[in-house]
Amino acid sequence: MAIEVRVPTILRSYTGGSKVVEGSGATLSGLIDDLDTKHSGLKGRLLTPEGGLHRFVNVYVNDEDVRFLGALDAPLSDGDSVTILPAVAGGALGFAAAAALLGRPSNRPAAAPNRTEGQ
Amino acid sequence: MIRTRVSTATPGPAPGHGNVNDVLTIDSAIVDAIVAHARRDHPDEACGVVAGPVGSDLPTRHIAMDNAARSMTFYEFDSMEQLRVWREMDDNDEEPVVIYHSHTATEAYPSRTDISLAGEPGAHYVLVSTREPDSEEIRSFRIVDGVVTEEEVNIVDATVDA
Repeated sequence: MAIEVRVPTILRSYTGGSKVVEGSGATLSGLIDDLDTKHSGLKGRLLTPEGGLHRFVNVYVNDEDVRFLGALDAPLSDGDSVTILPAVAGGALGFAAAAALLGRPSNRPAAAPNRTEGQ
Repeated sequence: MIRTRVSTATPGPAPGHGNVNDVLTIDSAIVDAIVAHARRDHPDEACGVVAGPVGSDLPTRHIAMDNAARSMTFYEFDSMEQLRVWREMDDNDEEPVVIYHSHTATEAYPSRTDISLAGEPGAHYVLVSTREPDSEEIRSFRIVDGVVTEEEVNIVDATVDA
């Protein structure tokens, strides 16, 4: 079962530079696990340590934001197209205040664009 | 209306970024459109994209985006609008050459939030400050792996039909 996954520039270091990769899974969660076996480390950029989808990663199935489809439980079918985009966000607000506003600990930037691996 | 623009460059040696120039060259008509958008949304932060042909490093198509956060201190693209615009760029062989937003009470310099959330290493991050009513501060930065590098802003006339 093949699902096309479009990978943003910032995550292409995990896919050998590929813009489009293929994976499989009955749900988004399953797809991410499958992708991580072939592109090690990708999962850590998409999910928080608690296992939820990062607040600042947008994932779409076909034309819909997965947050409206059950997030990690979003069902997938053969031929679906999944698009990953880093959310575009920021602003003058201090990081601690932004973190509080967004309801997560300020000592752990949840943004996928930030480095989460030991580089 | 008399408008004073201040654009600055970081003194001293700037680190290289491969195929990336340490200067943003941008048409004055696009700068005017960005400033008008920032003024229109003031005191909320305004945000948007300027697309350009892939690999050209030249911003040619201004796209004002909604600030889904509608906040004076935070901006966030609407996820569905972002998908539509990113697909459109893909179909046109374009990429986001510039990602801009305004700071409405502080200087045009990336905040820790801006740095932490910057997800397009190939883009010029342009900040506009609208804190002064009669002048705008416009500055441009690369933000890669949490490292901010300011670059010169070279405003030119008529690189695009506006």
